[in-house]
Amino acid sequence: MTLTNRSAAELASALQKGETSAVECATAFLDRIEATNSTVNAFLTVDRDGALATAEAVDASRASGKPLGPLAGLPVAVKDVLCTTDQPTTCASKMLKGYQPPYDADVVQRLRAAGTVILGKTNMDEFAMGGSNENSAYGLVRNPWDLERAPGGSSGGSAAAVAADMAPLAIGSDTGGSIRQPAGLCGITGLKPTYGRVSRRGLVAFSSSLDQIGPMARSAKECAMLLQAIAGHDPGDSTSLNIPVPDYSADLEKPLQGLRIGRVAAHFSEGLDPEVAEHVETTFATYEAAGATIHDVELPHATYGVPTYYLIAPSEASSNLARYDGAHYGHRWDGTPSDEKGITDFDSPLVEMYCRSRAEGFGPEVKRRIMLGTYSLSSGYYDAYYAKALRVRRLIRQDFNKAFENVDVIGGPVSATPAFKLGEKTDDPVAMYLVDLYTVGTNLAGIGGISFPCGFTKGSLPVGFQLQGPALSEPLLLQATHQYQQATDWHLKRTAALSS
Amino acid sequence: MSAETQHPFTTVIGLEVHVQLQTKTKLFCGCITTFGSPPNTQVCPTCLGLPGSLPVMNRRAFDLSLRAALALNCKIALFTKWDRKNYFYPDLPKGYQISQFDLPFSYEGHLEVCDPKGAFEPRTVRITRVHLEEDAGKSMHDETAGTADSRIDLNRTGTPLCEIVTEPDLRSAEEARAWLNELKLLLVYLGVSDCNMQEGSLRVDANVNLHIPQEDGRLAKTPIVEIKNMNSFRSVERALVYETERQWGEWQATKAEIGSMPKQTRGWDDSAGVTRGQRHKEESSDYRYFPEPDLVPVTVTEEQVTTIRSSMGEPPAVLRKTLADRWKIPANDAGVLVNQGPELVRYFEDLATRVGEGKVASNWMQQDVLRTLNERGGNITDFPVRPEAVADIIARVQKGDFDTSRGREIFASVVEKGASVAEVVAGMGIAAVDDSDLRALCEELIAENPKIVADVKGGKEQAAGGLIGQAKRKNPNVNPGKVRALAIELIRALP
Repeated sequence: MTLTNRSAAELASALQKGETSAVECATAFLDRIEATNSTVNAFLTVDRDGALATAEAVDASRASGKPLGPLAGLPVAVKDVLCTTDQPTTCASKMLKGYQPPYDADVVQRLRAAGTVILGKTNMDEFAMGGSNENSAYGLVRNPWDLERAPGGSSGGSAAAVAADMAPLAIGSDTGGSIRQPAGLCGITGLKPTYGRVSRRGLVAFSSSLDQIGPMARSAKECAMLLQAIAGHDPGDSTSLNIPVPDYSADLEKPLQGLRIGRVAAHFSEGLDPEVAEHVETTFATYEAAGATIHDVELPHATYGVPTYYLIAPSEASSNLARYDGAHYGHRWDGTPSDEKGITDFDSPLVEMYCRSRAEGFGPEVKRRIMLGTYSLSSGYYDAYYAKALRVRRLIRQDFNKAFENVDVIGGPVSATPAFKLGEKTDDPVAMYLVDLYTVGTNLAGIGGISFPCGFTKGSLPVGFQLQGPALSEPLLLQATHQYQQATDWHLKRTAALSS
Repeated sequence: MSAETQHPFTTVIGLEVHVQLQTKTKLFCGCITTFGSPPNTQVCPTCLGLPGSLPVMNRRAFDLSLRAALALNCKIALFTKWDRKNYFYPDLPKGYQISQFDLPFSYEGHLEVCDPKGAFEPRTVRITRVHLEEDAGKSMHDETAGTADSRIDLNRTGTPLCEIVTEPDLRSAEEARAWLNELKLLLVYLGVSDCNMQEGSLRVDANVNLHIPQEDGRLAKTPIVEIKNMNSFRSVERALVYETERQWGEWQATKAEIGSMPKQTRGWDDSAGVTRGQRHKEESSDYRYFPEPDLVPVTVTEEQVTTIRSSMGEPPAVLRKTLADRWKIPANDAGVLVNQGPELVRYFEDLATRVGEGKVASNWMQQDVLRTLNERGGNITDFPVRPEAVADIIARVQKGDFDTSRGREIFASVVEKGASVAEVVAGMGIAAVDDSDLRALCEELIAENPKIVADVKGGKEQAAGGLIGQAKRKNPNVNPGKVRALAIELIRALP
């Protein structure tokens, strides 16, 4: 068994026992990336030298008997939306091509402090906007289970990296499902923590009130290890929760006896792929067999989730992305006269520089969302769109609160279909937005959600199951997933598509 | 200068004042706010608006702005939030300014101004709202033909800025200037801002129009004009006077009323002494305000308000009265002292305490300290003669070493030479005249002035005054009072 086939938990144990070294481990994954990245395109930057230097330092510390954390020496892939001082941070946008931040994101600082070895920065939908990872200025990502299919998005690079054994652990970010949906489509486990549990400082903002960083790995046990390293209060993020971080591994082995799982009937209506439905139902049955009880719950406003999300997220994005104006950093129009169609009558040379820099720097989906958000915040439209969306958001949050009075968690599909064909939805933005149907509610409510593999289609594509829990229910979500993974082996399946 | 006495209209003025708060660090990051540092040296990812950076509120700035609002008699919102004001400009690196839109932290206050000379009636100006926001950076445009070049300094970006908006309650340029002086004085006393207009820590925009009664009883209103670019309170006054006249002329020519055109912004050209129309960018601007999701709402408790209120000290309006009462000085004296600012008041109280007599100290302040300070320019804290030196001079006068006019010469000399009182006194040869010398001098005078001696002996003691001038000519350092007393004593002792 090669190192790259082993889970992060196994590698951690091997490292601690001295069966392998951090350098050996990093080398194995770096070699795997080198061999497969040209196919998968999961990484935008690979930092071989930096990773090996870190790994050497960890090995030296271990040799000298210094106490090391459980993650020391474990390789990790970081989504290219987190600021790193030693690698570019592009958000998969031409706008930030080659941009190197002067500071590390809080999560990156914590990863470094934990002794993890950052292999590189993973591909994503541009500025985290998308559900297929086809919106990258640096090329799409392929699903390791079927290279003609999308890995999901926006953390498609991180999901594909773990699925393809290019990294045992990865960091993603989730604004409307961007960790859970690609985790589901790539057959791995991904957790979106409660809003505020992980600092957003240094996470390039898409939608500030929805964005949350989370762990992605093969299993819940490893997500727990990674979350332990990145969670915690950061005085530099005003929205960060100043609440003690529990031991996420403490409850994993506790049985599920008495766990109340909610089931939303509306999840199984029109549009849900029958094979996905079948695996989801089987998963409920597995939970029942493990001692959980299943209860019908209603989320009456869930149908407004996607429209609400697509008003709030673009509104915030239109403001968050205003800083990319070509004036201070990032892409700037070089002054070459453009014969592109469109506006040619600019108020001033400055406005022309702004417009052309942004026209060149942003991709079509980013532009679409900036326009949507600008529109919904405009005077005369604000009340009808943005303000109304905020009201619906409150109703959605209340739905969850009410449901959690009767159940501990809510289960269901993470996406309506397994991985779809590349290009299948690129001409239909609304169809693409609907891939977020089951996931946006978690973000709108600010609660936690986890996605994990619960079976495979006849075409050998992974199917994901989602559990959503109340604020700060991460220990329970991880325990419930771990217990399922103790009873099943879906999370252990490896893709054969890249083995040759 | 009051236009309303010449013309049949009322001038209606409202002000918008931006004041930089005197905090060590910026509103949403830890960068320092010192003025005048090399460009772009007081910046960090947050105030540069770099990707992924986040704001964290500076509670000190918030508390300072609470002080200002409380002193302006505002109501304090117990729940307030931040909003983003979105617009593109190179000195605004995030593409939005963090400000307060619909829930300012304070509202509905007032500040009264009166003119001690009675040029206008006491005026209470209502404050619409006071809110807190971050300042933008500074753009420096080089408009030299052919080399058009703009430079941006982001040191100022993120400096806490209090915006104070008044109702249109002012009725003349003169009132506006007086009110601004009172506002500035208040903010300086509170330690909220240094209000230095040259350094941009206080900026004023004025909205002005005319209300013109018509023959049919209707009140015609001219279009409101916003005046920007005024760099001193004097400019504000001049600009308002100019604009009043301009609008009156415009009214007579066009009869254009409010609502017939979009609100106009005019810039004040100080050297030309005129306002000039600026481009109509306001009409199309839509700032797309929305709640700032990177910050949490701010709550203020009654206790916090009480704590701040109790630590505020006396505002100038109250201090004028308490100073007059405490030191038994005329109201006008107190007004002059208070209007010079808190440091001068501290100087005065130090002096008055040493002298023990408020009125004497106040006289020296008004006649010597203030006059010299005004002539020399500069700040009382840098004034070369400290209160202890002035008190020393006064004490010597009171002791009879020399008289007041000699004392004032000594004061002027201390200022000029930067020497101590003792040095100056010694240098001028002013040494207290020794008792035996004084006796000898008096005896000499008595011998030389039989007429005066006879008068005094005859009961006309005031005749002894004739000896004083002669004594001073013989020895300029003699104390007139002592000469008088000793001479009378000696004359009475004569057989």
